[in-house]
Amino acid sequence: MILGASNQADRRVGAGARADKRAERTLGALSASVLLLITLMVVTVGINAWPSFSANGLSWFGPGGDVVTQFRAMHAGIPLPGHELLYFRAWPLIWGTLVVTVISVAIALVVATLAAVFMTEFAPAPVRRMLEPVVRLLAGVPSVVYGLIGILAIVPWVNENLISNARRQSVAYVVQLSGADLATAALILTIMIVPIMIALSADALASVPVAWREGSTALGVNRWRTIWRVSLRTARPALAAATVLATARALGEAIMLAMVSGGRPFAANPLDGLTFFFEPVQPLGATIVQEFGGATTGPVASTIYAIAAVLLFSAALLSFAGWAVKQPLKRYGIGV
Amino acid sequence: MAAALGASPPAAPPAVVRPPRELTSSWPLADRLGYWACWATGIGLCAIAAAIVLFMFVKGISTLRPSLFVESPAPSLRQSQSGGFLDPLVGTLIVTAIGIVLAAPAGVAIAAWLSEYGRPTWLARAVESTIETIAGVPSVVLAIFGLIIFSQSFLGFLSQRTVNGTVTATSFLVAGAVMALLALPLIFGATREALAQLPGRLREGSYALGKTRITTIRTVLLPAIRPGLASGIVLGIGRIVGDTAIVVFLLGETLKNEPANGVPLLGTLRGTGSTLTSYVYKNSPAGEGNAPQKAYAAAFVLMVIVLVLNATVTRLTSGGRPGGGNAFRLLKYWPLGR
Repeated sequence: MILGASNQADRRVGAGARADKRAERTLGALSASVLLLITLMVVTVGINAWPSFSANGLSWFGPGGDVVTQFRAMHAGIPLPGHELLYFRAWPLIWGTLVVTVISVAIALVVATLAAVFMTEFAPAPVRRMLEPVVRLLAGVPSVVYGLIGILAIVPWVNENLISNARRQSVAYVVQLSGADLATAALILTIMIVPIMIALSADALASVPVAWREGSTALGVNRWRTIWRVSLRTARPALAAATVLATARALGEAIMLAMVSGGRPFAANPLDGLTFFFEPVQPLGATIVQEFGGATTGPVASTIYAIAAVLLFSAALLSFAGWAVKQPLKRYGIGV
Repeated sequence: MAAALGASPPAAPPAVVRPPRELTSSWPLADRLGYWACWATGIGLCAIAAAIVLFMFVKGISTLRPSLFVESPAPSLRQSQSGGFLDPLVGTLIVTAIGIVLAAPAGVAIAAWLSEYGRPTWLARAVESTIETIAGVPSVVLAIFGLIIFSQSFLGFLSQRTVNGTVTATSFLVAGAVMALLALPLIFGATREALAQLPGRLREGSYALGKTRITTIRTVLLPAIRPGLASGIVLGIGRIVGDTAIVVFLLGETLKNEPANGVPLLGTLRGTGSTLTSYVYKNSPAGEGNAPQKAYAAAFVLMVIVLVLNATVTRLTSGGRPGGGNAFRLLKYWPLGR
């Protein structure tokens, strides 16, 4: 319909049509420059990260020594005995990122699905009208404010009330528990990623064809079963996509995590039982914030760029995965 | 159709009797639990949001003094002498202005091209997924990217040079330019969403009058989506105001706004400084300042700004007018990792 109209516009000759062609080219070139931008981003970050990766090989991702010591050596310019100056083993950071992300995404998946069902199916109109701004507000609170509340209110509370002395002493030989820990970080991160998951899931639930739900209701199935068996099942790829995108966001969170996750690159040990949740971690993004010393070249900068490259690569990969997992929805004619 | 017209007018359909709202008491226990879990989650989210707002208000009102708005930060270990946050407030304004001035035209132009021209299709698709990817790039990575790009010596005029000739890549111009990347996906998404909501007859009417597509965009479509555009820009402002990582990396270590030498205004833009977010970060126990009262006061001001922006978006998009867009759906362009 619109295409036909624009073809007619194309057929007109004269100054107007020429101006239109020119405008199309200009706008198109501007849009295409976005592609250049992302290419430039990948290439520059990659090139600057290369020294760190090439010096360490694949062991960059593996365990081996204390990250703090390695950074201190790079800052001082004195290589650790028996290693290169760029020697770096990121496993504690990667482990911290994975644990925090997995815990918060798992909780957020449940919360966001229930909230999305509530918003699309059960909430009376006034409640729904109130919930949308509330969810947007939760997304809009700056992460430094989340971090501030975490570090000044939640961390001291956890430290005083949830960590017993016995627990403190049981791991005192490796790490000091302070309340700035895995559990606090994952909990606040959950609140931060829930809004985007709700938005994407609610969008998908709302676009499930009404006739399918009505068909189920007409067969005498109650509303909850209808939602469970029809709506949620249809929207499953979209829920998966929401989870993947939320994972990408959780991986990249830096400032809040730098404030509340403990700031010690410690590989929290799941074998410690419940204590595991009270051990400090330091995810990749937080490391960038904490270890960046102001230098734009040199061994520290190169290592920081390498961490950024890992985050950039994961973000791009997850963006693609988010697009890929919701493709089955096209079969139903639902474009989300 | 003709046969139907010839026949006697059909009897009015029987009035629909709607059954009363289905009661959950007849449901199996598991289903009822699910139903109540949904309610609990909805109320829980409201409670969390209310708790955050209340907490910040209580802390803010007990720490905020009017003098904080007019004093510059001063280096002092005593909280009573470390000044206010005039400079960070101004810094937030400058960075936001630069970011929006760069992002708004670009976002609108790209969205207009995508919805109104969009050929070749492969390019349109690539551009769209690229913008979604940019929305997914953590802001700390954007900051690192900005650091690498703007420390190239041919871009030295945007920031300052140290004594030995290296470019610092820390200035308001640099931070604002990278901030534009945060707002771009939101403004793009809002414009695109609003354009898609417009009824086709608007375009057809304009084409029928012999207008070209670019004239139609300029004189018919963009004016029609003004509320959607505005909400995109307000969301973009909220995103920029709330970002910390880019400021920490690209605006320098100073809490005061320190202009570079040279022309007054340009000197400020090329100089270093701080924003409210970096002020909160540096005054929190995580930063070097450790002045929690100052941090609470500044965070309260931030919260008020966020609440006002949020209310503005709600106003702009309420009523579901065409061209208003749907701010809720735009959350997918809302990157985390500030």
